[in-house]
Amino acid sequence: MKYVALFFQYAAQYMKTRLTYRTDMIVEIGSDLMSQAVNFVFILLVFGHTTMISGWSRDEIIFIYGFFLVPFAIFGAFFNIWDFNERYIVKGEMDRILTRPIHSLFQIVLERMELESLFGVLTGTAVMIYAGSRLDLTFAWYDPFMMVLLVLGGTLVYASIFVLIASISFWSDSPTSIMPMMYNIGNYGRYPVNIYNSIIRFVLTWILPFAFVGVYPAAYFLGREEWYTYAFLTPVIGLVFFLLSIFMWNVGVTKYRGAGN
Amino acid sequence: MGKYIEMIRIRFLMMLAYRTNYYSGILIYSINIGAYYFLWNAIYGEKSSIEGMSALQMTSYVAIAWMARAFYFNNIDREIAQEIKEGKVAVELIRPYNYLLMKTMQGLGEGIFRLSFFSVPGMVIVALIFPIAFSAHPATWLMFAVSLVFSFLINMQINLLTGILTFFFYNNTGLIRAKRVVIDLFSGLLLPISFFPGWAQQIMNYLPFQGISYVPSMIFTEGFTKPEIVHAVLLQVVWVLILLLPIQIIWLIARKQLVVQGG
Repeated sequence: MKYVALFFQYAAQYMKTRLTYRTDMIVEIGSDLMSQAVNFVFILLVFGHTTMISGWSRDEIIFIYGFFLVPFAIFGAFFNIWDFNERYIVKGEMDRILTRPIHSLFQIVLERMELESLFGVLTGTAVMIYAGSRLDLTFAWYDPFMMVLLVLGGTLVYASIFVLIASISFWSDSPTSIMPMMYNIGNYGRYPVNIYNSIIRFVLTWILPFAFVGVYPAAYFLGREEWYTYAFLTPVIGLVFFLLSIFMWNVGVTKYRGAGN
Repeated sequence: MGKYIEMIRIRFLMMLAYRTNYYSGILIYSINIGAYYFLWNAIYGEKSSIEGMSALQMTSYVAIAWMARAFYFNNIDREIAQEIKEGKVAVELIRPYNYLLMKTMQGLGEGIFRLSFFSVPGMVIVALIFPIAFSAHPATWLMFAVSLVFSFLINMQINLLTGILTFFFYNNTGLIRAKRVVIDLFSGLLLPISFFPGWAQQIMNYLPFQGISYVPSMIFTEGFTKPEIVHAVLLQVVWVLILLLPIQIIWLIARKQLVVQGG
């Protein structure tokens, strides 16, 4: 309960600081929209020259992209730990975090949230509605709940991979360059995994499971039954990886020695 | 002239000191090239060619487009914005050199560094992983080199423009970010301009962006015929000349109404 109350207090505080510089926020949302639009236009342009990509139609690929945007937006809003090493370890800020009465990772999530990223949830939903209506998808009464569940699963997948990498900072000093690399690998999840070769497919499913952010869960709503097993695995993978990453984080924190000053 | 060449040298050495940062850059670019490699192969599927380009040409196009980006890309626009925000630009203005030319030279130093430590080794590594067609004609390589110089200049000029606009917008990080995304699409980095619908290509002909990535990459993959190459490179030259004008005008206006924020 304390955590929930704290979360809303931090969120309110965040909104206040952001609304003071409204133009900055609008420009930021605008440039996010722009990059989403570019990816969208890319798909449209490609399908001007082909009707199918490895058995997926234009609107299916668009739907997958739309789905991908939602967990990615939630991840982006709460897990800004890509600069964890520089910001918290090198500068010794972790000392301060550890004096706080809540879990250290949660404290960092609170401090580093960027709620304007959540705008991507709207864009993603809009893209899914656009593609879904063209595909004449039918939704059962439980599908909205499935959506929430699968989106949460995808978000946890993203979050846990980045938390895992951030945890490496407790032991070693140089994983800064791995973070941007992960963002790029994450983009592989935007497209159906069957376009990749079997090694990459294996990695995207079991090692860096970015496929569970896009194509696998989206396949459920697209009625692609051959992928259902993977679709239903999404929350499981999300949870397993998240627990693993929290475990690694907790072990890492005990190894933290401070930067010295 | 000596001081400008010195500036290229200093920036080159500065980058050299931090070269380890660039090894991961090669990996990141390779990851991106890989993503597009698989995507394009899936798009081609059974088709032997789309818009006159074979699948092999397309892979080569993607690889060279990214590795050329490593050369022409720089953050000079951000640096200018930073210097304007911090008020450092006031000191820069009284120094005995042309500020914009100096920035261009710094960008060039960075470009030469990235070319030798990023683009070339990166291209070798990528060629080991993915099938890439290298031209056997020296003339192709020569024209590619020439057009790459102009693609650097056009990109630089656009960077200068967005950088100077900080004088008017105070905080234009968003504009800089948006510009980068737009250039990735309209320059032909993500896909060749010939894949755009006809009307879009028409519009693009009146914009400088395709001179940045599309032209050198098409020359490299031999997607252009000889007259097309000459035409495209001439167009690049024309754009470099045209872009000088708005830069000079905005620069003059900006200097007149300079507001140093703190400093």
